[in-house]
Amino acid sequence: MAAISREEVAHLARLSRLAVTEQELDRFAGQLDVILQSVARVGEVAADDIPPTSHSVPLVNVLREDVVVPGLTREEALSGAPDSAEDRFRVPQILADEE
Amino acid sequence: MSDLIKLTAADLAAKIAAGDVSAEEATRAHLDRIAEVDGRVHAFLHVDDAGAVEAARAVDARRAAGEKLGPLAGVPIAIKDVIATKGIPTTAASKILEGWRPPYDATVMTRIREAGMVMLGKTNMDEFAMGSSTEYSAYGPTYNPWDLTRIPGGSGGGSAAAVAGYEAPLAIGTDTGGSIRQPGAVTGTVGAKPTYGGTSRYGLIAFSSSLDTPGPVARTVLDTALLHEVIAGHDPRDSTSIPLPVPDVVAAARQGATGDLTGVRVGLVKEFSGEGAEPGVMAVYRDTVEALTKLGAEVVEVSCPHFQYALPAYYLIAPSECSSNLARFDAVRFGLRVGDDGRNSLEDVMSLTREAGFGDEVKRRIIIGTYALSSGYYDAYYGQAQKVRTLITRDFTSAFEQVDVLVSPTTPFTAFELGARTADPYQMYLADLYTIPTNLYGGPAISVPAGLSDGLPVGLQIMAPTMADDRMYRIAAAVESTVGTFTPPAL
Repeated sequence: MAAISREEVAHLARLSRLAVTEQELDRFAGQLDVILQSVARVGEVAADDIPPTSHSVPLVNVLREDVVVPGLTREEALSGAPDSAEDRFRVPQILADEE
Repeated sequence: MSDLIKLTAADLAAKIAAGDVSAEEATRAHLDRIAEVDGRVHAFLHVDDAGAVEAARAVDARRAAGEKLGPLAGVPIAIKDVIATKGIPTTAASKILEGWRPPYDATVMTRIREAGMVMLGKTNMDEFAMGSSTEYSAYGPTYNPWDLTRIPGGSGGGSAAAVAGYEAPLAIGTDTGGSIRQPGAVTGTVGAKPTYGGTSRYGLIAFSSSLDTPGPVARTVLDTALLHEVIAGHDPRDSTSIPLPVPDVVAAARQGATGDLTGVRVGLVKEFSGEGAEPGVMAVYRDTVEALTKLGAEVVEVSCPHFQYALPAYYLIAPSECSSNLARFDAVRFGLRVGDDGRNSLEDVMSLTREAGFGDEVKRRIIIGTYALSSGYYDAYYGQAQKVRTLITRDFTSAFEQVDVLVSPTTPFTAFELGARTADPYQMYLADLYTIPTNLYGGPAISVPAGLSDGLPVGLQIMAPTMADDRMYRIAAAVESTVGTFTPPAL
């Protein structure tokens, strides 16, 4: 049985904000199925009582001195933006006109 | 071909310090070499001729003024394109960042500049460091200087090929699952993954934040150690940076070069001693282990039973982190924007931009990560992979109670032909079979050239405990002292 269906891949792509094409869905569905069947092998390990590791460095509450250092200027921060207006990032419309 | 490009970084630095060669001459020799061969190798995505000459002249001026400079001052270096370089194009080999010029330097880059080193340009890689062949670059593949029909490894194939092809004596790579070591192995160069947290991730375009580690690439173990020393050390801008002194990797490389390993206990990873590797790789591996014994090392077999689950765990953890990290490519703050026609919504523009800007492998990993983190599957996939990560760490901890270092081949196969593994993405993942456990554990590991199989380089991987980076340099230098270095055919 397939680990993941074409419909699931389409749904995940939507959640991931990827406007994938029909051809990509055809291609990815099979490839992702092979990958997921392989990685599912982690389920073979008996690990119920094992704590998870999110990170190899056991550091918590890392603080630094509260010293003011120069940051990016507004111009620098906006320098890579695809569009800006009035010293801000300009985004496409978020709400439709009738809302 | 100028003799300057054949020198090790240590020898070149010594000549520059002695005034026999200027930093500008050294830089121009490498820029000439790049102009001569990079049309065929394609190690670089961007060459900064003017900036490099200017930086070299500045070093020469400082030296003329009597300033005391660092041990690698004036030596040219190539930087993987995933490292932010102020004012210099940085794309991570993705179309989504085409033309982006970062407004700041990564900490690694700041330290390289402070050391008086000269950046030649930015090297090719698999897009966002996801791949093992550099074929997933959005700007075309890099070709292995040993055989231009073959891959240079990945993701840092550009950095490894630049160093192997004498386009740069040194380079910076980043290693998330083997992206420094596997390219090192297949190009006959040395590549080291420092302890996670030993080098700063500030300014490194994030792929998998709990695994990403910048590190050095060079043609000799000593050069690798010298560069390691320049870039390593605590950085308050990276909260996972380890606030401890840098292990003395340079002294360890010099000690190892004496070729005496008396009293050193070397563990062979039992689970990585044959299955899945090419016979030619295993033959070189066995010869190298034999050589270690002759140098005085005590060699024993050590079982790490959970290493066989490292690859599946990694290909859940890394995509999960990447699906979150790459959410920043939202068509708002930097990079590409597609479909902003006044009618499409913000969400549509994001989806169209990410569709146009990301390549197939990046999309596959984002989708897998989104799947593994979704509520119905989290425990079975991401949660379970994190538990397996704990068990792999325990395997390392218990192994290092018995031995000082662990060794294995770096990668199961020598450089394969372009196109050989792109049809089935999982076949590509197998290139990282031996390198991944270390990333999940967080310790350091190095690949050192060990020999040739059918005329292609084979690497030995040496893995050490966390913050014992010096140990792997000692063993690597001892291997180098007995097997020598390997030079590709003339390009």
